[in-house]
Amino acid sequence: MVSAVQEMDQLTRDQNPADPANRVKLEVRDVAIRYGSSIAISEINLEVRKNEIFGIIGPSNAGKTSFLKAINRMNDFDSGMSVEGEILFDGTDIRDVRNVYALRNRIGVVFPLPVGLPLTVYENVAFVPRLRGIGDKAELDVIVERCLTRAALWDEVKDRLNSLGSLLSGGQQQRLTIARALSQEPELLMLDEFSIAVDPVTTMRIEDVLKELKPEMSIILVTNLVQQARRLADRTAFFLDGECVEIGETDDLFSGRVKDARTTDYIEGRFG
Amino acid sequence: MANPGIADNQFLETELNVSAKRTETLFRILFMVMAGLLILPVLIILTTLLVKGSSIISFDFLFTSPTDGMTAGGIFPALLGTVWLVGVALIISVPVGVAAAVYLSEYAPDNWFTRAINLAIINLAGVPSIVHALFGVGAFVIFFGFGTSILAASMTLAVMTLPVVIVATRESLQAVPQAFREACWNMGATRWQTIRRVVLPNSVSGILTGVILEVSRTTGETAPIMFTGAAFFIPVLPESVFDQTMALSLHLFVVSTQVPNVPEALPYGVALVLISMVLLMNSASIALRMHLRGKKKW
Amino acid sequence: MSQAPLQRTGNLPDINQRNADWYIDKIVQYLVFLSGISAIVLIVGIFVFVTVEGLGFLLEDFSFKEFFLSQWWEPTDDDEPTYGILALIAGTASVTGLAMLVAIPFSLGSAIYIAEFATGKTREFLKILIELLAAVPSVVWGFIGLSIMNPLIIDIFDVPVGLNILNAGIILGLMAAPIMTSISEDALKAVPDRYREAAEALGGTRWQVIYKTVLPAAKNGLLGGVLLGVGRGFGETMAVLMATGHAINMPGSVFDSVRALTATIAAELGETAVGSPHYQALFTIGIFLFSITFIINLTADLIVRGIRKS
Repeated sequence: MVSAVQEMDQLTRDQNPADPANRVKLEVRDVAIRYGSSIAISEINLEVRKNEIFGIIGPSNAGKTSFLKAINRMNDFDSGMSVEGEILFDGTDIRDVRNVYALRNRIGVVFPLPVGLPLTVYENVAFVPRLRGIGDKAELDVIVERCLTRAALWDEVKDRLNSLGSLLSGGQQQRLTIARALSQEPELLMLDEFSIAVDPVTTMRIEDVLKELKPEMSIILVTNLVQQARRLADRTAFFLDGECVEIGETDDLFSGRVKDARTTDYIEGRFG
Repeated sequence: MANPGIADNQFLETELNVSAKRTETLFRILFMVMAGLLILPVLIILTTLLVKGSSIISFDFLFTSPTDGMTAGGIFPALLGTVWLVGVALIISVPVGVAAAVYLSEYAPDNWFTRAINLAIINLAGVPSIVHALFGVGAFVIFFGFGTSILAASMTLAVMTLPVVIVATRESLQAVPQAFREACWNMGATRWQTIRRVVLPNSVSGILTGVILEVSRTTGETAPIMFTGAAFFIPVLPESVFDQTMALSLHLFVVSTQVPNVPEALPYGVALVLISMVLLMNSASIALRMHLRGKKKW
Repeated sequence: MSQAPLQRTGNLPDINQRNADWYIDKIVQYLVFLSGISAIVLIVGIFVFVTVEGLGFLLEDFSFKEFFLSQWWEPTDDDEPTYGILALIAGTASVTGLAMLVAIPFSLGSAIYIAEFATGKTREFLKILIELLAAVPSVVWGFIGLSIMNPLIIDIFDVPVGLNILNAGIILGLMAAPIMTSISEDALKAVPDRYREAAEALGGTRWQVIYKTVLPAAKNGLLGGVLLGVGRGFGETMAVLMATGHAINMPGSVFDSVRALTATIAAELGETAVGSPHYQALFTIGIFLFSITFIINLTADLIVRGIRKS
């Protein structure tokens, strides 16, 4: 069934190669992830297109976080984690990339537990621009304000940009993390259950931001909230026990047009 | 519950309980006395040094040279020599020690080789100081041809105190939560950028604590410098790292054992200056550590 | 909430281009690795250089029997120099032994008090004092032995000389006690609180809990601490040089002056010609000291690490 979807995608792409909206940003082929002998992900095939929000839903322990780690090669730092298969970023196998830091730099990541770096709020957001050699204060000011504003945090912190980012409240740190990811001007933004540490009102504000960002980047939205995927995702994948059970248009999945009954069972809350 | 008499009885102390409590108090006091006896000598020693040594300490004592075959005059060349020795030793050991700690904390994989390094550090810390002196003679004085000089002595001291720097630095690096590193890597920072911008700035005070401790230890060392660069008496002050020098610790040894007819107050004065320097630095290190503990950064 | 879209600044790093940061990271990685192995290089270096300097003696004048079994250390004898270190070993062993007799009960008692009884400010205060005690330089301890302990021992015990095993043993005991206390305290702290709670729930008093539960559980760590203390006593130089009396003697009582291995090197190395048999013999003592302390430290580490794992 996965290959059927792929074939369809292939078809669309071939039919309309000029249309950038249809071009593939990330292609995942036969990816399997192991920790020693235990399998976290087996044989995943999917692709993320440019300017789409790609939702991944599924119960915990479905291997979603490991999957994101493999995409920006964070598994390099984890000797216990082995990744097989191919992951193509803009058509380049990420294992053949000559500068892995540049790869990570172009992929923004937001993890469930927010991490405000023990730097000032300002320096948290200016971190990546500084790495890229931007030292001009005025230029940094603009970037910092823009990213904090987009992450719905500016109004709360604009008067204390010099306090430590690691001492903000959990919800504020999560938005700080998002602001940092935005400062990367990423081509691919991966969010892993970002709303765990954030209150519902802020969650809605960030969801609005994500919609705004869609024309500029691809977004992978891993979420434990099925309805969040429904609200935001163009297409959605359902992960279960390390397998990708189903990939399809979000509308199809949520209106019962599924190939595997387990998908509907999960969406309707019968397990998970 | 039906019979309140029995319930009350449960709380009465039995004879067994009383004797157990007595034993407990006895041991409690015994251990307290032991801890006290361990600390008492320091107080006695400090008081004695203070009483017998403070009379000789003056501006002149600190800033003039010894005279009359070291039975009079001051300790300035020894004081200055110690500053030279400790300073050069620091210049060598701090960069190497911090870098080694960075390797062990940030890069080293968990394998047999890393365990071997850790074992070597522990053993390096346990090598007797006189064996370090022999190494200094064999390696720096003779093999590398530095002769008996500040350089050779300071390198010997640096080797000896390297474990102090490594262990203190490694501890303060590891106190920085791993999540911060991962957040930086996720944004595309290299390991080095992560270390330089986030890990080191947040452990620099802890490293400083270790460095002060190292300075304190280096100041008091005697055996490693005896044959590598420190001399009993040198009429001139050192001008470069290739000169020999006097040193405060060795000077204490010399005036208390090697020179006849020294007035009693002189060695006490030297000892007082030496121990004051060492304890002052140690207290500074402890104060810094406690200050850091109270400061929350995450 | 709407604002200008992210403007890509155009200097996005190229994933197929290694930039300066990439190379700097690689260089730093090699540099810190070089520093990282320094400890191994130095340990091996110490052994090699000390051995090389002592090699001439080891190959020519060295006789195992004489070296370890003769009590005559007479390297400066013109006619027939002898190089027996038995008396020196006995000197070191007797001083270290007495030091341990002093240090073990006191450091164990202090550690128990600090870890199990003392609370809050008292505990902090004691720990700081113990740490300061550990900081006193060995030459100052030697001076204390020489100028404070010496007359004291002469007065109290009515002996002619106060620089002897007793003097050096007490000094060395006080020197070794702080490190032994702090390692023992760590070992006691490493015993999980549930052990204490379980024992207390059964109705034991604090002391019964310590004696029957905590001490047995911390046994290895305490042993490791004692071994490190022994290693420290064995390798101590200046204090034993100044407080033992530095006379070659097979010790008969604690009031005998003795001479230690370390002190012999410290006292004689300056007077020997580089490369002479005497000079090389001193380096051979160095090899012996290095090997012994290496074994002691290694054993102590294995024991301490063993409990941390389990």
